[in-house]
Amino acid sequence: MIGLRTRLLLAFALLSAVTAAAVAGVGYARSRDAIVQRTQDNAVIETTNRIEQLYPLPADPDQDALEKIAGGVSGREGNALVEANGLRAGGLDPSIVTAALREEVDSGRIAWQRVAAGNHTMLVIGSQLRITDDSGVTEPSGITVYVVRGLLPEEEVVHGLARDAWLIGGAGVVMTMVLALLAARSVLRPVRELQRTAQRLGSGDLNARLHVVRGRDELAAVAHTFNQTAESLQHHVGELRRMESDARRFVADVSHELRTPLAAMSAVTDMLDAEAAELPPVAGEAVRLVSRETHNLTRLVNDLIEVTRFDSGTAALALDEIDVADAIRVTLRVRGFGDRVETDLPDGIRAVVDPRRLDVIVANLVGNALRHGAPPVTVTLRTEGDDLVLTVTDAGPGLDPEVLPHVFDRFYKADTARSRSEGSGLGLAIAWENARLHGGALIAGNGAGGGAVFTLRMPRHQPGQVVGVPR
Amino acid sequence: MSAMPKVLLIEDDQAVRDGLRIALTYQGHTVDAVGSGEDGLARISGGDVDVVVLDLMLPGMDGFEVCRRIRASGDLPIIMLTARNDDIDVVAGLEAGADDYVAKPAQARVLEARIKAVLRRTGGQRPAGTPKPALERHGKLTIDREGLVVTKDGVPVALAPTELRLLLELSASPGRVQSRQHLLESVWDQGYLGDSRLVDACVQRLRAKIEDDPAAPVYVQTLRGFGYRFGPL
Repeated sequence: MIGLRTRLLLAFALLSAVTAAAVAGVGYARSRDAIVQRTQDNAVIETTNRIEQLYPLPADPDQDALEKIAGGVSGREGNALVEANGLRAGGLDPSIVTAALREEVDSGRIAWQRVAAGNHTMLVIGSQLRITDDSGVTEPSGITVYVVRGLLPEEEVVHGLARDAWLIGGAGVVMTMVLALLAARSVLRPVRELQRTAQRLGSGDLNARLHVVRGRDELAAVAHTFNQTAESLQHHVGELRRMESDARRFVADVSHELRTPLAAMSAVTDMLDAEAAELPPVAGEAVRLVSRETHNLTRLVNDLIEVTRFDSGTAALALDEIDVADAIRVTLRVRGFGDRVETDLPDGIRAVVDPRRLDVIVANLVGNALRHGAPPVTVTLRTEGDDLVLTVTDAGPGLDPEVLPHVFDRFYKADTARSRSEGSGLGLAIAWENARLHGGALIAGNGAGGGAVFTLRMPRHQPGQVVGVPR
Repeated sequence: MSAMPKVLLIEDDQAVRDGLRIALTYQGHTVDAVGSGEDGLARISGGDVDVVVLDLMLPGMDGFEVCRRIRASGDLPIIMLTARNDDIDVVAGLEAGADDYVAKPAQARVLEARIKAVLRRTGGQRPAGTPKPALERHGKLTIDREGLVVTKDGVPVALAPTELRLLLELSASPGRVQSRQHLLESVWDQGYLGDSRLVDACVQRLRAKIEDDPAAPVYVQTLRGFGYRFGPL
């Protein structure tokens, strides 16, 4: 792909070369023809005049007479050839007279021909000398005269013309190239700025605008349109962001508003559970239901608040250096997963993480595997370079390819028929956010032998974090 | 604990206050529930309070200020109630002198466990079978493990209960590094899943009281990446 600048330059160069060649070439050719023609005409007239001064001609001329005639017709250049009756006179080399010229002259006309001799061109003019009798009839006298005339001065003039034509043409081309460069710059600078600004806009800098909107040409119109589009884009994005932040704030506000009544209810659920046994069976059942659902609602609200904190960017890491295998074993034990999970947790892998967030990730992944997969559930810890790699696999049917991209979506239910699951519907989303907060990633997939595989990969050290120094 | 402790509950929301009062009363505590920090401070100056459960979001005088005033006048254990995972509140509350915190909404048994932990003043600090003299000297510090009194250059140092327990725990094995997790377990009765900021904030407060220069600590030293250590002096 040739750049716009190169194409513009090539087009200009071609155009100017053709124009210069046409103008200079035609001018040169016409001037040269005119000069040569005039020279020829003058030479022929001069020769004719000289020949006229030879009359009357001697009848039956001898060598001397021919020499005399030759001396008469040869001008300053002094080269002539006179032929008659097989005799020749003059200093001109007869070989310079071509057969064609000779034939022309023999037919009775005054003829001339340009002949190249060495580097120069000569004009050879030939004529029969004719005699006119009293009755006005002319007939050949048998004497033929050839005169040669050098064209050197004219050639020099013509060469000068050619040189001038080349010079002017070349200068024209150079000037055109300079103009083309200037034109290309004036076109390409706004184009380049357009490209840069579009890139900035594309990479998210919605304040990016073009500044070259002077004038009323097409580029200015493009710049103007671009700026208008950017303006409108910025407006719409701002509007969307405002709406999104409104929606998020609403969720956060609702969650916080729900928390206060829930705090009151949660406080007494333990008592309700303890007292339920003393109540009549149906009332006891109702009380246990209220207690259980209060607990579920609390978990949902807590998860919602956690999610809103990720969304608002206020979630922070409380880092500590821990033995990862220890931490995972504690999580499994505290959640009561211990006896249902197979583990491969090498000791001595230390990492700087937020232990509570790691706990949330592990608890969600293992809880999810136990709920939706099939035993055995296996938790494996490895290191790869500076990364921790934790995999949680189960022996279930694995994840449906349609489900896979949405596994970490909030409130995503793989099976629409399934009513509320045990979790809040936010567990995997929160695990994913926690992995991301650590600069890591959580990936869902299926194992070679079937069964879902969740892989947590995160750096063992957090960049720029000083560990173990209390605030 | 011979008698169930008396709990002062300072919480402005009527429903939450009632809920916690019912739950704690059900557990056997004597509960005094008030709706403002001013009322709470008045009850404390009246005496007969063993532990304070303090909401941070209060009208008028806020929980942080209440916390500071309680701490300035004595070593009453304070458990604060915070919005869940509100990191800034947690840190500010711990710096104001709270011993522990419970995030709302909380089940009664969680709060109960924290109250028990914060009231447990002794026990577990001394390795079994290695009796030590009750009075220990560490540089300028004198620690009386029986009387639970700490003096520096002969002047008693007023330590909050958690600060005292942290100091007893660390000084029980001078020179040995103890991880945050271990300290959370032994001092706060919390395991791995406790909040290590409890330890950090308490260390800060303890240093401010016992170190000559808290910025260059001698008694409670930090070992980056491992934890804390008492001495070596």
